[in-house]
Amino acid sequence: MTVDSTAGVPKKASGTRRKRVPSRAGSVAPPPQPELVQLLTPEGERVEHPDFSLETTPEELRAIYRDLVLVRRFDGEATALQRQGELGLWASLLGQEAAQVGSGRAMRPGDYAFPTYREHGVAWCKGVDPLNLLGMFRGVNHGGWDPNEKNFHLYTIVIGSQTLHATGYAMGITKDGADDAVIAYFGDGASSQGDVNEAFTFASVYNAPVVFFCQNNQWAISEPTEKQSRVPIYRRASGFGFPGVRVDGNDVLACLAVTRWALDHARSGNGPVLVEAFTYRMGAHTTSDDPSRYRMSEELEAWKLKDPIERLRAHLVREGWADQEFLDSVEAESEQLARRVREGVRTMPDPSPAAIFEHVYADGHALVDEERAQYEAYAASFEGGEVR
Amino acid sequence: MSSFTMVKALNEALRKELEADPKTLVMGEDVGRLGGVFRVTDGLHKDFGEDRVIDTPLAESGIVGTAIGLALRGYRPVVEIQFDGFVYPAFDQIVSQLAKMHARALGHVKLPVTVRIPYAGGIGAVEHHSESHEAYFAHTAGLKVVTPSNPVDAYWMLRQAVRCDDPVIFLEPKRRYWDKAELDPNAAGAPSRLHDARVAREGRDATLIAYGPMVKVCLDAAAAAEEDGRSLEVVDLRSLSPLDFDTVTASVQRTGRAVVVHEAPVFMGMGAELAARITERCFYALEAPVLRVGGYFAPYPPSRVEETFLPDLDRVLDAVDRSLAF
Repeated sequence: MTVDSTAGVPKKASGTRRKRVPSRAGSVAPPPQPELVQLLTPEGERVEHPDFSLETTPEELRAIYRDLVLVRRFDGEATALQRQGELGLWASLLGQEAAQVGSGRAMRPGDYAFPTYREHGVAWCKGVDPLNLLGMFRGVNHGGWDPNEKNFHLYTIVIGSQTLHATGYAMGITKDGADDAVIAYFGDGASSQGDVNEAFTFASVYNAPVVFFCQNNQWAISEPTEKQSRVPIYRRASGFGFPGVRVDGNDVLACLAVTRWALDHARSGNGPVLVEAFTYRMGAHTTSDDPSRYRMSEELEAWKLKDPIERLRAHLVREGWADQEFLDSVEAESEQLARRVREGVRTMPDPSPAAIFEHVYADGHALVDEERAQYEAYAASFEGGEVR
Repeated sequence: MSSFTMVKALNEALRKELEADPKTLVMGEDVGRLGGVFRVTDGLHKDFGEDRVIDTPLAESGIVGTAIGLALRGYRPVVEIQFDGFVYPAFDQIVSQLAKMHARALGHVKLPVTVRIPYAGGIGAVEHHSESHEAYFAHTAGLKVVTPSNPVDAYWMLRQAVRCDDPVIFLEPKRRYWDKAELDPNAAGAPSRLHDARVAREGRDATLIAYGPMVKVCLDAAAAAEEDGRSLEVVDLRSLSPLDFDTVTASVQRTGRAVVVHEAPVFMGMGAELAARITERCFYALEAPVLRVGGYFAPYPPSRVEETFLPDLDRVLDAVDRSLAF
């Protein structure tokens, strides 16, 4: 049992997290195996958990599998596009597909997500066109999609800031008397930020319907989780007066079950929940990062054995719910998606230079107008005379 | 018409806006039951309830950050930062999120958040309670920055700020909180637009440009100068972003001399921007360089010596003397 709570969820003293043994060549240290909610083992075996059950149909499992594969393929394509110079940067979600697809699918359409800059799988589940996510990484905008169209807020780059926005939004839901809920996404590094801790305080005090979904991917760029916290992150919730749950972040079914429970807990007026999805950042922090400078490849190899997609595939095949034809069709669809993304990025238009002056203010501003006119006159003073 | 202190005028403005729009909220530390440490929100909690007038945890970043979330949900939060020096924990949320989110979303979301901050010195306070940080905010595109100098402007400008669809930093000169003026809160409309400057006193020989707490100092200086046969014009900027350069330019074109007065340190202050722009626009009308009077480049001093730090009538007139002697 991994629920730690002062607010209504069954409670059991949790063990302290085992200390990690530093990796050494020739002796592969096992990744930590804390008690955590799991419904699908790394080997693809379906297991039951006393507190979190999940009913699924084979059809639903196939749909989840499709999401995982497509999201990973999209992510891989984006990494490739960065390597080809089409994107300036990419923050890969490789390894975190289950945490994102599981939690993303747990949301109802009316539920609102406040992401970091790595929640491509959540965006996918909310129905955001993947091409929308690439504009900021190509440098044609800073996000730019309409957050209210799919209830998926803009990517937030400053670590942890969005948890307060999510909390305020959730406070608004309460005022409206609605039964929607909010998920605030953040990472293990962000758990050290003041804003995240203030968000915990506000959400708790106002009983706001918000789920704090922490993807503990073990690394905040080069800093391991031990540099952020001396207790497991999910246990921080108890100090703020709401439940915390640690879930196997590479188990899409457990992530779905726990997040669905957490959202329902929140929307029913029981206040916030902290979910710690215990996962692993298989790639670099971003395409600008070089993880070989700070972590051992043995660790990566150990986590490969817990791959979120492989275990679902094994489960589907073992149960006879997915044949080769299905697997091939998903593969083919993922290639189609990659092609669409590739073409979409390459033909993505640059903004006009004068777009700098747009949307600075909703009600306008004299100085912006003045500088725009100055710029346009300056641009027009060149041969060929018009604003590029 | 009746007599209002600035505190009472601000209180009445909030009351009117809470009545006008059920989405308008007031939030901050001690704004509820206590009515705010300066009593600006006095009685609002009782009349509008804790759902609309919200006592928050003691966390400024949290106040502004959750106000942003409430705005995204369709609310119109008016947040109070208790004192100027306490806004810095919220600086990141203001500058990186509140100011930029409208542009980040290419206009798809609006952030109608008003951040009220009692600012500037002259009340004999302890450290962190007397700061003038307007230049930090005015330097950030996406924010509007305004500051009233008297109760009438305080009333109308706050009402306009709350209704503005952009984030507005609303700086309240706390040493003018208890100044009084005649105000008709039920008049049909505001006497002027939120971002218009105002000629507070007409004159011929030089223009004093001020805002917030320094307008009264400049008006007093102009009255004193008159006794010496000098005619000083006083421009009350009211809005620091956007700046109403037309009113400033028209005045300096007439007088040929300009002195900018503010409490904030002169170095990199609003006066620097004004001096540069006046020079660009009024170069051939100027009889003297634009001069600046302000705080020194030192932390705001202990209250026993704050009079030394703050521009007063004599320092303003000293600058006028130097301008006229040029």
